[in-house]
Amino acid sequence: MGLVESGKLPKSLTALLNTSRKYSLWVYQWGLACCAIEMGAAFGSPRYDVMRLGVIPLPASPRQADLVVVSGTVTDKMAPAIRRLYEQMPEPKYVISMGSCANCGGPYWDSYSVTKGVDQIIPVDVYVPGCPPRPEALLEGIVLLQELIQNEDMAAKWKGDPLALGS
Amino acid sequence: MTAISDRRQLAYIAAQAADARVNVELEAEGMTLNIGPQHPATHGTLRIVARLDGEQVVEADPVMGYMHRGYEKLSEVRTYPQVTALINRIDWLGSFANEVPFILAAEQLMGVEAPPRARHIRTILFELARIANVTLFLGDMGVQLGAVTPIFYAFRDREHILNQIESATGGRFHPNFDRIGGVKDDLPAGWISETKQSLGQIRKFCDVMEDLIVGNEIFQARCRGIGVIPADVGLGYGLSGANIRSSGVDWDLRRDNPHPGLAYDAIDWKVWTHPDGDSFARYWVRLQEVREACHIVDQLLDTMPAGPIMAKVPRIIKVPEGEAFVETENPLGVMGYYVVSQGGLEPFRVKIRSASFSNMSISPWLLKGSYVPDVITILASLYFILGDIDR
Repeated sequence: MGLVESGKLPKSLTALLNTSRKYSLWVYQWGLACCAIEMGAAFGSPRYDVMRLGVIPLPASPRQADLVVVSGTVTDKMAPAIRRLYEQMPEPKYVISMGSCANCGGPYWDSYSVTKGVDQIIPVDVYVPGCPPRPEALLEGIVLLQELIQNEDMAAKWKGDPLALGS
Repeated sequence: MTAISDRRQLAYIAAQAADARVNVELEAEGMTLNIGPQHPATHGTLRIVARLDGEQVVEADPVMGYMHRGYEKLSEVRTYPQVTALINRIDWLGSFANEVPFILAAEQLMGVEAPPRARHIRTILFELARIANVTLFLGDMGVQLGAVTPIFYAFRDREHILNQIESATGGRFHPNFDRIGGVKDDLPAGWISETKQSLGQIRKFCDVMEDLIVGNEIFQARCRGIGVIPADVGLGYGLSGANIRSSGVDWDLRRDNPHPGLAYDAIDWKVWTHPDGDSFARYWVRLQEVREACHIVDQLLDTMPAGPIMAKVPRIIKVPEGEAFVETENPLGVMGYYVVSQGGLEPFRVKIRSASFSNMSISPWLLKGSYVPDVITILASLYFILGDIDR
């Protein structure tokens, strides 16, 4: 893959690579609270059926995943585990933050034990609002992420600089 | 802590070796197995640190607090109507059921009584929350034992109930519908017949589960005699709900201590118990309870009285000074709120007695001496929601 690192990837090849990447997202379900059930409904129920979008919700470990959905309340006690999970994932990796709690703390904005947003610990690509978001909203988030992947410039992404983590 | 448990562990291994007169060379080194904090088998973020001897659990330590959100403290800075929006999220599968005891406690403090129609609607939604909660357990237990199919059925048929909850309350997951003195809205047109259809779906689902899971040989082999809770031990640990009823204790607050704010007095229903106290009994009792809840809702729909849905309450709710404790039979067990008011807009103190916390407290006792695959069975059959444990 010296071609990718050199930044001389032809546009058509980039489009092909991106299309294949966006339709084979292995998603790790980091279910924490109420949103985990809606995520389960989106990923596990025949009514919403996420696999038709090319998303496979079955990796046994974050080491096999391309995408992680952080769904639910992130507490200060849980935060180190989430950070560790993120670091275990191979590049390129994407994060969807699902629900108000993971976005910004949600109804626990003044709680002493809740992290006000998972983006304080890991970079987030797509925020799905709602408390909890409906399964359709999560599917919409996944479609948005697929658009983002489609428009990604491989050369820019792989120019060799270390990824900036956190904010 | 570690040193003590290590010594106990070594003593245990030595005793086992002496008993069985096994070759000392075959003795397994003590191994620590960490389950969680994120594991599908833990219904959220429970972490269990198990010390193993071979495949047997010598000691299991549940580590909690990964989902602690500080409800009791947050309730002190929210007004009474705001608190219900918050406490919906304690047991997120049966959201409406969380609101009821708190509202009943606040009503008791204010001396308000909900009109009969509001009581009926409240009870119907309470039971629908129970169905929505326990159907997921019925499918989930299968997943945890290696059968993936039931969860698809559970998610599919649970949607029927969620649709009904949504069309009545506007909230699919967290209704926030209960008010001091009644309920927020009246039922929409056609709701009663639609709900009856949904209940038919749930009954069918229960029959399917009975065929798929209860009658399944593998399921029985993995559940019968696993995680047996004797009635006295269960009562000693404060177990409640289906967990204690499956140990043969015939105790249900809906029947034994019915609150006047709920309409359980006028209907005919039955409390299910099972004498065995093992994982299979816990599954079986919950399956019957879903059917019974369908039966209860059916009767309540038939006897729905007419009239107002709100009692006369002031616009700005100030609860007079006093304290009240109300507990109800929630999907997971007994849930109670101890509300202390000092006459302000917010409660002065709210103590939440949640069912899962007590139900889970038996797990170190229960897991001791069990085998690793049975740990999952036992945790699944105890059925706790982490939000309900950590709050």
